[in-house]
Formats: sequence, structure tokens, C-alpha cells
Amino acid sequence: MIKLLSEFKPTEAGKVVRVGGEGRMRRRLLDMGITPGAEVVMRKVAPLGDPIEVTLRGYELTLRKAEAACVEVEIGDR
Amino acid sequence: MRIFALAGNPNCGKTTLFNALTGATAHVGNWPGVTVDKREGVYKKCSEKIGIVDLPGIYSLSPYTPEEVISRNYILGGEPSGIINIIDATNLERNLYLTMQLLETDVPVIVALNMMDEVDKSGDKVDVAALEEKLGVPVMPISALTGAGIKELMTRAVALSEKREGTTVLPSSLREIVELKAFYEKEGVSSPLFHAVKLLENDELELEFRGAKAAREKVCGIASAGEETAAASDDCVDYEAVVADERYKYISEKLAPAKTRKTTKPTLTKSDKIDRLLTHRVWAIPIFIVMMFFVFHFTFSENLFFLNGFTESQAWMPSLVDLGLAVEENGETVYNNFGVQLLSVIYDGAVFSPGVILTNLLNLILDSISGGIVGGMESAGAAAWATGLVGDGILGGIFAVLGFLPQILVLFLFFSILEDSGYMARIAFVLDRVFRKFGVSGRAFMPMIMGFGCSVPAAINTRTLADEKERTATIRVIPFFSCGAKLPILTAVAGGIVAAFGIGNADVITFAMYALGVVAAIVCLMLMRNTSLKGETPPFIMELPAYHRPRFKNLMLHLWDKTKHFVKKAFTIIFASTVIIWLFSHLSWNWHYLSDEQMNESILASIGMFIQPLFTPLGFGSQLGRFGWVFAVAAITGLIAKENVIATFTTLAICIGAYMGEGTEEGIEELAGLISVIQADTGISMQAFTAALISFIAFNMTTIPCFAACATAKGELQKGKFKWTVAFWLASSYIVGSMVYTVGAWVWPLAIWLAVIAAVIALIVLRNKGKFDITKIFKRKKKVKNTEAES
Repeated sequence: MIKLLSEFKPTEAGKVVRVGGEGRMRRRLLDMGITPGAEVVMRKVAPLGDPIEVTLRGYELTLRKAEAACVEVEIGDR
Repeated sequence: MRIFALAGNPNCGKTTLFNALTGATAHVGNWPGVTVDKREGVYKKCSEKIGIVDLPGIYSLSPYTPEEVISRNYILGGEPSGIINIIDATNLERNLYLTMQLLETDVPVIVALNMMDEVDKSGDKVDVAALEEKLGVPVMPISALTGAGIKELMTRAVALSEKREGTTVLPSSLREIVELKAFYEKEGVSSPLFHAVKLLENDELELEFRGAKAAREKVCGIASAGEETAAASDDCVDYEAVVADERYKYISEKLAPAKTRKTTKPTLTKSDKIDRLLTHRVWAIPIFIVMMFFVFHFTFSENLFFLNGFTESQAWMPSLVDLGLAVEENGETVYNNFGVQLLSVIYDGAVFSPGVILTNLLNLILDSISGGIVGGMESAGAAAWATGLVGDGILGGIFAVLGFLPQILVLFLFFSILEDSGYMARIAFVLDRVFRKFGVSGRAFMPMIMGFGCSVPAAINTRTLADEKERTATIRVIPFFSCGAKLPILTAVAGGIVAAFGIGNADVITFAMYALGVVAAIVCLMLMRNTSLKGETPPFIMELPAYHRPRFKNLMLHLWDKTKHFVKKAFTIIFASTVIIWLFSHLSWNWHYLSDEQMNESILASIGMFIQPLFTPLGFGSQLGRFGWVFAVAAITGLIAKENVIATFTTLAICIGAYMGEGTEEGIEELAGLISVIQADTGISMQAFTAALISFIAFNMTTIPCFAACATAKGELQKGKFKWTVAFWLASSYIVGSMVYTVGAWVWPLAIWLAVIAAVIALIVLRNKGKFDITKIFKRKKKVKNTEAES
């Protein structure tokens, strides 16, 4: 099942399928390792509901829900 | 001398290695991208001397932040004869992404595999030989912290051949790359492979190169026509994603396996546990507020842990005078013996905080030095003007500035601890939602809160902000976060109000002024982001570094950096300006020396009197009568350095006879004397005068910062933005000051201000919705004129 990263709940995990968005924001997402095939685990949501924290490629990354909405992820088993 | 550049991700231990190599005192932080300056040093433990340049921490060579542009330009600029690429061995994958790009340049590269001690500790293993074979460049395991392997690293770095040809791991788009590379080779550009790949990625810097856009269109156009992608997209292949994807694919398939993990760790690490609490849904924000409170409490409080009660009425601790250990003489406290004087550093009517204790101690030392010098000069029979110049002008000015050093350092120490531990990044994470409302990202929080310490490092720190408009807006409001040097203005004026009128509470006034500054900053941010600096809220995609214990050495290096900077400032700009001010205040227009009593005839006084009416709407102009110029002069000298404001008051209060005795560091008594003199002179009402004094603080908090901060801001802002920034500061301080004064003095103008604010908001909202356009009115007029001219 394909889901947007912004809709993930904590502890959910999956594989990136497609990175949308445009310009510098997209460039940054790609540079930080959010590329097709990358495995991401949703860690938590910030106290005020946004941004979110995910684990990928062995480190912690934070991004806003608006940015996470550009990332399509295939949900798999952990 | 050959030069090697240190390049690597933020938090990979780059600056630690730089310090280990050069022995220099560069600062190390745990905030992603804290290394915003290009630092240089020399490595000497080698057959030849090697120049080392510390580049900012970057994730990629795409021009996302100014730091990435700095690094990229430096690497491609041809100066470094090699790059030492530092990689955090505990996080190979993302770190190697930058390596892939560095390898595409023609610059020789050596990889330093850092934090190997931590890898060993966790039981993981990295196959260094395999990595070296796959990358095709030397790889050396090191630990920058312990110093292991550094010597071997440098030996191999020195042995690197002078030449290298860029290599790439991108197989699929090879044909396009080869063609674009040929284009760059024809243009005679060095590192053609790197440029070719970047151009393929649609890199904005690359597209600016003459002919590059056409070359890309030609090459990619063929590609989209020739392959089956025509159906997929109307443009051409999505090279941006393809390139990043293939790099990471290569890393995870070929390079990452070099590291073998002992076991996957399902248990919560210590870092995770701390993180759970610090970013807790409910507790995160209260914890943050409490932490900030204690940071400022330990730095500035004169009533540690509220041991002496929370209010004046609860106070129970006796002062030294009450205890019979000291006596008051002419408004000055005289201690029974030296021991009591030492005690007064720590305790006098309340236990002081560490910041205050250090300040008192330093002032005690500085006072005795100044007393000794002036006493010596007097007994040697020096002229009155000479002792005045040395005692009041030079020593008084410099020591007044140095007196703040302890508190600034204590504040910096706390911020460095929060930064080094990784907590600052979490604060950005927690508060991003709030800051987005103001039109900036959570990252802008860091420079803003640093502004409470000093605007100079704060402005430099804005380089971690990716968006230019966000940066400009942040730099402009940084001075509103009242810096360490402005605190004395607050305490002195607030203390003066309390001492002269016997009303209010100095702490409450001080706190309220801090809050006013923050509110002004928020309002201005929102205003700018909706008008002149309009733009989308910049993205917030940031690494959250692992928590770790702050390192003592790093902290000390950081503090030493600050101390040097501050002392230098004290002895240069402030020294010069205090001497000039002293001369101006003791010379008449025909260059005659004036004694203190004749101050009203001095050059400074006439300048002050000339501009005094300008401050009438702010309450400290003409209505303060014949001594009111003191405030105007203090406002001017504050432009040079905010420390000067109180120093000016101290000097001038003594000069016009409003205060007897020698100047004190805090300047409270002097101001109280000044206030009484002016009140007696003009008969101004207490309410109006209090409002004027608070307006004076507000003006100083929101006006042009000191020269040092201005110079930094000018360097950090885009060309042409600085003059508007100065205009912005002048306007904001004038508006805030007059608002404070009119509302404070009469209350009813509040209604007018609210109406004006409502009107401005309405206009901006309408304009942004496109329903109202000011420029249209002008345009229409122009059109009419044009048509008239044509006919």
C-alpha cells in the first residue's frame, strides 16, 4: 500500500517510492537521502503536531508535514 | 605551502579534527552547520608545513545554503591541493553521499574515517581496505577526539599525487555526462566532470554558466527523444532524482556493506530515552521554558534560587550595612575591611548568581586598578584634564565594558552546553510550528536566542538558514533580542526609575522590556514576511544529531573565542569612542578645555541640544529641559557600542553635578541623580517622565545596534539590503519609542495606535489578497502623464 509520509503514524515504516515537490525543497530531500528505495521509519511528531521526525539511512531527520507530503512511501513489514 | 581543505557533513567531527591538526582555537558545536566561517591553520608535525582550511559542514555540493556555496566555490576555486573528506563512521551512508560528489571534481581526495573509536565500542566493524578499493582514494581510520590515526592520515595526505581525474558512480546517464563534460572541456573549465553532473542535475549555479543552458537542452533533448521517456514526461528525464538515487544506490549496494553491525539494536539507547523526555508531547515546552529561565537566572539574578523571597516584602536577608559590616557614605558603601568587601561579591542582602558574582569580582579588581592609577597621577601632580581623561574617559569607559564580560561568558557557556549536547536542534524541532506562524523556520530560533548574548555571532549564525529572505528578516530582528550589552541600560534605567521615584520593581521593568523586544521582533517579522520580504515559508529539513555530553575542551575553546573578541572590541572601538566622547564633552567649539561644571558649553552638548527636539515624540526630547540633551547624546554614543549608553550617563551625570562621588559600574545612582535634577528643573510629571525613560530603553533596544553588529550585518546581508536595514531599525525604534511614551504618559493614545495598527493590518491583508494596490494609484498617474506626453 502506498501512503504519503505525512500520513504516517509513529513506528510505521516503509520504502520510498517517489519524491515529488520541486526546486530547492526537493533537491534537499534528495540530498538528505530521501530517494526511491530508501527505508524510512516514522519516529514521532513534534509536540505541536508538526514537524515530524523520521529515521533513515541510520540517522534522524526532521521535516515538516508539508514536505513529507511530497514523499510517497510503500508500507512494508518492519 | 600546500593547502588541504577539510570537508564533511555537519557534526562529523570536522572542527575537532581541525583543532587537533592546527592546535587552533576554533569552536566546535553540535548544531548542524555551526561552523559557518572558513577557518585556517597550519599543520606542522610533518616534513613540510601544510595549510589547513576548515570548510563549513555540508551535506551536498548543491547550492542549498550559503555554506554549501562557500564550500563548493572554495573547492573548485583551485586553491586547495587536496581535500580531506571526513566521514562519520557511525553513519556511513549519508556521509558518503558528499564523498561521491567530491570524487567528481579533479581535486585529490583522501577520506578520513572518523569516530572509529565509537564504532569499535559498539562492536561494529568497518572494512577500511574494501572501502579504499571501491572509492579509489586513500581511506584512513582516525579518531579526531583521541587523536588516533591523525599522523598517519597526514602522512598519506602529503603523499597524495598532485593530480587526479574526477570519477563518477553514475552509470545510466553516462552518455549525457560525457557530452556535457566535453562542453566544459572545450570551455577550458577545471573539474569538467563535476560541472557536467551538476548541469545534468539542473543545478541553478551551473545554469548561469555561459552557454550551459543551451548545452543541457541540446544533450537532454536528444535523450528524451531517443529513449522511451517521451511518454513519461513532457520535459526530459528527471535527472535530479536519477542522479541522487543512483549515488545512494551505489553507496548502499557497494559501499555500506563495508560496515558490519554486531546486532540490530532493538532496545532504547540512552539518547532515545533523553529524547523521549525532551521532545515529549506535554513536557517539551515546559522543560524548555524552565531551562531558559535557569540559564538567565544563573547569569543575571541577584537573588539566587529566590532564597531571599520572591518579592521585596518577603525579603528577609540583611544587607551588609544592616549587619554593621559596612556604612553608607555619600551614597557609596564603605566596607569595614577587605574581607567584607570580598563577601560583598557573593552576598549583599541576597545571595548572587554565578554570573553576578563573577561580574562583582572583576569590577572589584578593575576598580582598584583604576583607583590606583588615578591616585598615582594625582599624587604625581598631573593636570586636572589629564586625570579626568585617564580616569573618567579612558579607564571608566573600558572598564565599564569589560565589566559585562563575565555575564556574557556565563550566558555563552550555557548556550554552548545546550548547543553541544544536541538540545538546540530539538528546540528547533519543537518550536518550528510556532516560528512558522511568524514566517520563519524553527532554525531561525537559534540565531534569535543567541541574540540575547550578542548580535554579532547571532548574525553570522543565520548562514544556516537556507532562504535568503528568511535570513534578511532574521538579521534585522536579531538586535531586538536584547543583547548582553543592552542589559546594563535596562538595569540602570529601571534601577534609576525605582531609586528616584520609589515606585515599581526593577526586575519587572527589565523583564517587561525583554518581552517588549521579543514582541517587536515577532511583529516586525510578520510585517516583513507579508510585505517587503514576502515569500513561502522556507522548508525545514534538518538532521537531528545524536545527543552527547558536551566536551569540556570544546566549551572552553568557545568561551576563549568570545573573550578574545570582546576584549578586542573593548580596547578598539569602545576605547576610541570613549576618548572621542570625553574630548567632545570637555572641549568647547574653540578648542578650550572645559571643566566638568562647564559641560553645557561643550561640543557634545551643542550636538545633543541640536538633535534633542528629534526625540520629543519619544518623550526624552525638548520636554526634559536644559539637561535633556544627555539622553540625546547617550542615544548617539549607543550607536558606537551599547555599553557606551550607561558610560555616557555616568560621565555626564557627574559632569553636570547630578551625582557626587566616583562613578559606579551599574550607573543606577547616577541616573537616579540625573532624573531628580531634571525633574526639579522642568517640573515634569512622574508618569510622563517614567514613560519617557521606559521609551528611552525601548528606543535603544530596537534601534540600530552597535558598530560591530552593524558591520557583521552588512557583511551577511545581500548587497543593497543594508541601507534598508538601517532605515528599518531607525523606523522601528522611533515607532516603538513613541508608542511606549504616548501610551505610558497619557494612556488614551492607545486607542489611536490600535486604530492605526488595525488599519495597517487591514491594508496588508487586502493587498496580499490582491484587492488593493497602492502602486496602482501611482501607475495610473504615470500612465496619464505618459499619454499626455505622447499626445
